[in-house]
Amino acid sequence: MKRMMEGSIAVAHVVARCRPTVIAAYPITPSTHVPEELSRIQPEYGYEFITVESEHSAMSACIGASVAGARTFTATSSQGLLYMHEVLFNASGMRLPIVMVVANRSVGAPLNIWNDWQDSISQRDAGWIQLYCKNNQETLDTVIQAYKIAEKTDIPVMVCFEGYYLTHEVSEVDLPEQKDVDAFLPAFRPKLALDTNKPMSFGTFAPPKYYQGMREKQHRDIIASAKVIESVAAEFSKRFKRPQRALLESYKLEGAETVFVTMGSLAETTEVAVDELRTEKKKAGLLRVKCLRPFPSEAVAKALARAKRVVVLEKDVSAGAGGVLAMDVRASLRCDKPVVSVVCGLGGKDVPVREIKKTFDLKKDSWL
Amino acid sequence: MEEDLFIKGHNACAGCGCSLCMRWILNTLGKDTVVVNATGCMEVVSTQYPASSWGVPYVHSVFANAAAVASGISRAFKKQGNKATVAAIGGDGSTYDIGFAALSGAMERNENMLYVCYDNETYANTGVQRSGATPFASETTTSPFETGGKHEWKKDIAFIAAAHGIPYVATASVAFLPDLEKKLLKAKAMKGFRFIVVHAPCTLGWRVPSEKMIEVSRMAVNSGLWNLFEIENGRFSLSARPNLEPVDNYLRLQGRFKHITHEQIRFIQEHARATRAELEKLEASGVNVGRIL
Ligand SMILES: Cc1ncc(C[n+]2csc(CCOP(=O)(O)OP(=O)(O)O)c2C)c(N)n1
Repeated sequence: MKRMMEGSIAVAHVVARCRPTVIAAYPITPSTHVPEELSRIQPEYGYEFITVESEHSAMSACIGASVAGARTFTATSSQGLLYMHEVLFNASGMRLPIVMVVANRSVGAPLNIWNDWQDSISQRDAGWIQLYCKNNQETLDTVIQAYKIAEKTDIPVMVCFEGYYLTHEVSEVDLPEQKDVDAFLPAFRPKLALDTNKPMSFGTFAPPKYYQGMREKQHRDIIASAKVIESVAAEFSKRFKRPQRALLESYKLEGAETVFVTMGSLAETTEVAVDELRTEKKKAGLLRVKCLRPFPSEAVAKALARAKRVVVLEKDVSAGAGGVLAMDVRASLRCDKPVVSVVCGLGGKDVPVREIKKTFDLKKDSWL
Repeated sequence: MEEDLFIKGHNACAGCGCSLCMRWILNTLGKDTVVVNATGCMEVVSTQYPASSWGVPYVHSVFANAAAVASGISRAFKKQGNKATVAAIGGDGSTYDIGFAALSGAMERNENMLYVCYDNETYANTGVQRSGATPFASETTTSPFETGGKHEWKKDIAFIAAAHGIPYVATASVAFLPDLEKKLLKAKAMKGFRFIVVHAPCTLGWRVPSEKMIEVSRMAVNSGLWNLFEIENGRFSLSARPNLEPVDNYLRLQGRFKHITHEQIRFIQEHARATRAELEKLEASGVNVGRIL
């Protein structure tokens, strides 16, 4: 059923319909409405809600519940995600299928509560699948898929949607019905869990002889998870009759000479820029990266094969190196096609269509 | 006890008071227990992949989060109808210091778990550095004798725990195993957050011969520098009332106090005497320690 809803509230209802057993969360702007709504509707669903004293503990409680064989959830933003950093690696190293929603926000200093992607981009090496959503409908659909992906691959999934632009946006969404979610997402059956009849040790210490092999396996499994992300998206599209983007989305790539590459809701703004450029007879196209980890290198290279120039628009920076998405795109292309990096929109700075259009024939890396 | 649930073959030092504590915890709590262990010596000596000394389900995550991981397990078990005892185990570093926020949060929420801190009064695993539990004047690698050892007193973790209003707090010592066993069994039978801190020597860090581990640990209690007590639903009671022996005997046995001055000894002696007097007064008063405000 379609209805007008705030992004965060809709996300909370979809999470509840995924039937988590334990939710642990700590408030931080702009993610806060998600846990607030989840605590309000808790009596309807009966999950355990742990009002932990920090994000470090939120992720830790999810780890505990997940090792115990329970489906878990948490949401955070910005400093909260950074505060979790240590435990993010732990969750993925222990191969726990935790799902987390990140309401993307800048990181301090200077303190700033508005949107960019720096918080989750900074966690890209933590061994989580990272999916960046472009609107609230996609966020809702992705949360449901995230559980299925995580539980099939034993890899935790971070579903990223943008602070304010999406979290606080009231838009028309189709909230999946409980019976449809149940049919799509079976109860969580962990392969291993804490069991007093079958004592096992989790999270133990691995000497050099074993450590690297485990990390290599994790890396290979994350790369291989792209196939699962695609098949789960296909299954979801069929059941819910809404086409899903798994890894990438292309927009007017046909005949495009300049292809913009971006993520999240910035893609929707860039679509408008592409449309306007096309009416001005400028051959622009757009490639949206939905899945940043695993990075779909081959698919990106294929999608950009015909482009004369690539302009990567991104709301993050690896200080001292440049835009992170641009680095990943360059590494995927393995040729000397010009890839221009445009860092923009940090800390909520507006990225208007007319400014995006100006980057169409930009020659060198710049900030917008 | 037929078979130890803390299985032999681990890498703890000879005379390690903490591994004795692990063995006692597991054998007392029994098979229907799940352990969450913070990073520290006990984790490192017992879980080198592919081996493990834990005869019960065990999980280690990181240094600071044992109480939070245990909270997650405990809540999951509640929904799953699993009645196993959830036991979080951490050293003094993870309990008094880095994991304190997680511990305090779990206590404030009165999570259903038993938290046992083995207190060897130092960060042993990283090479004997000062912790919030290191006693006054003790030398460690970050409170060296050149600077007079540690300048501050040890944190009063049992009373800090009690101030959260949790149902059970106790102190224990590896030199008094029947007392530890009794307290573990009592805690196991209760619900809510239960906290036991066990004084357990690190022979390497304290610089005492392995064979003197129990002796030194007994002397800590008998000199009044480690008091055995319980705080049950806020009511304080002493578990032992030894005639206090001079602290000198205890301090002189350990290399970590080798540099100690007469003045420092006098100060510690006076502290031991005064503490005991205060504790007796508290016991007689019947004050509810968990509900002072
Ligand atoms: C976040 C973090 N900081 C520092 C460390 C290094 N570290 C590992 S164990 C340890 C000390 C543990 O001390 P304690 O809890 O007293 O246990 P013990 O080693 O004495 O058994 C330290 C500092 C770590 N693992 N994680």
